[in-house]
Amino acid sequence: MTAYVITADQIDLTFQTADGPVHALKGVDLTINQGDFVSFIGPSGCGKTTLLRAIAALEAPTAGRLSVNGMDPDAARRARAYGYVFQAPGLYPWRTIAGNVGLPLEIMGFAKADRAARIARVLDLVDLAGFGGKYPWQLSGGMQQRASIARALAFDADILLMDEPFGALDEIVRDRLNEALLELWRKTGKTIGFVTHSIPEAVYLSTKIVVMSPRPGRITKVIDSPLPTQRPLDIRDTPEFIALAHEVREGLREGHSYD
Amino acid sequence: MRNTLPVLTVLLAVVAIWYVAAIGMNSTWVRDQAARSETVLGMGEFVRQTLSLDRPVLPAPHQVAAGLWDGVFGQKITSKRSLVWHGWITLSATLAGFAIGSLAGIGLAVGIVHDRAMNQSVMPWAVASQTVPILAIAPMVIVVFASAGITGLLPKAIIAAWLSFFPVLVGMVKGLRTADAMQLDLMRSWNASRSQVFWRLRLPSSMPYLFASLKVAVAAALVGTIVGELPAGASAGLGARLLSGSYYGQTVQIWAALFVAAALAAGLVFLIGWIERLALRRMGLAR
Ligand SMILES: Nc1ncnc2c1ncn2[C@@H]1O[C@H](COP(=O)(O)OP(=O)(O)O)[C@@H](O)[C@H]1O
Ligand SMILES: [Mg+2]
Repeated sequence: MTAYVITADQIDLTFQTADGPVHALKGVDLTINQGDFVSFIGPSGCGKTTLLRAIAALEAPTAGRLSVNGMDPDAARRARAYGYVFQAPGLYPWRTIAGNVGLPLEIMGFAKADRAARIARVLDLVDLAGFGGKYPWQLSGGMQQRASIARALAFDADILLMDEPFGALDEIVRDRLNEALLELWRKTGKTIGFVTHSIPEAVYLSTKIVVMSPRPGRITKVIDSPLPTQRPLDIRDTPEFIALAHEVREGLREGHSYD
Repeated sequence: MRNTLPVLTVLLAVVAIWYVAAIGMNSTWVRDQAARSETVLGMGEFVRQTLSLDRPVLPAPHQVAAGLWDGVFGQKITSKRSLVWHGWITLSATLAGFAIGSLAGIGLAVGIVHDRAMNQSVMPWAVASQTVPILAIAPMVIVVFASAGITGLLPKAIIAAWLSFFPVLVGMVKGLRTADAMQLDLMRSWNASRSQVFWRLRLPSSMPYLFASLKVAVAAALVGTIVGELPAGASAGLGARLLSGSYYGQTVQIWAALFVAAALAAGLVFLIGWIERLALRRMGLAR
């Protein structure tokens, strides 16, 4: 049984700016299955963020049809269909880590005992058990970003949208977090949309790689990964991985030759 | 205490300049007196007299200090000659006006941030209210309230509030809008209501702006209260003390009252600064 969680049918998204219209997305077609790990990759300005925000109903397409969990994106947002992770952790300095993770739960009206149980569970999931009482400034950048992932997971949305979540972190921390994220994805079976501009990151994580190119922002290639779901870090040295990375790089290059 | 030396140096310089100015400004009167009684004053005697006049143009620092000491410690604090009593009258009206003004400023800012119509309509009026000289408004407020039989603390507190709501309004409009786009997007992704966004995000983020504006507001409230005590008829408070001092040429009394007012203002601003440091440190917002 394959259920489409997200479908985009010929969506355009044009920003009206003082310098005239900016075509952030043009003719975007996409289907994402339940449980997919989808990476969006492309040079900056190709509309990755805009596409993710449109799925999250933080932007509205100017044309085309977009559906999330069978609803229009805004209905899905109101039904709390997804958790969103930004590049910066965005934790409140005046709340503890547990308080931050519990914030969406408070807003959604979860009972207190339930909140505590959920906070403990997701902190454990991102390997931050025991840090609930700490304040954000007492944690490293990588730990803060894990806390923000825990916050996005706390209310059991089955879609996780992440916009360059590890972009601001150094490579070593990033590797560890990527491994942990894959582990988390396998455990929870969530559908993940993940924006990146790193080829190895996209190839390592994804079941589906969406290659995009700018002016106007569009999808130039969608690659289904042949890699197994069990992926130790050293899979990156296998010929399959290298071939896939090459294919992504080719896709990016083709996108560029348009202009 | 590396600051002590420069601070002391400046203080000494101020006192020295003050003495020189006192001698200069009071010299005419001393010279006229001497001419009238046809005595010739030696230099030392001349200086001594300029610094010990009953009603000097500019009292010397030690005269003001003596006046202050007498006003603060030399009187029963229930006496009408006590600066503590007058100070308390002024302080209580200041605090009441500060409270009213701050709440009004915060309330209006909340309205402006949440409501388009208020955003466009309130600010011009608020600005206009501050361009009218407070000296023109104060007597009207006093008279209007007096005609309704209300005197004492409330009319003065209203004038204090008139001056102190404005900095709080401006600071809080900025403060309530300081939460960044990403934080607001997160709230939107959780489908948070406006009141949830306000209490959990906008209000806490605005705290640094609130405290900064409260410091300005409390000093303004004190000024407003003193101005409210100036219109004829007021017999209590530092403003009344200033006014009666100027009626009777009691310059020492004026200066003593001024110093008490300055000390009150400094104390209030310091107190708010102290609460600010505690609160912002606890909130992780201190820089
Ligand atoms: N709010 C906005 N207003 C106007 N233009 C925007 C806005 N957001 C994005 N854009 C423009 O849309 C294009 C795509 O941006 P974005 O989706 O952020 O790209 P990416 O995330 O791939 O770097 C860029 O040209 C960008 O300048
Ligand atoms: Mg982006």
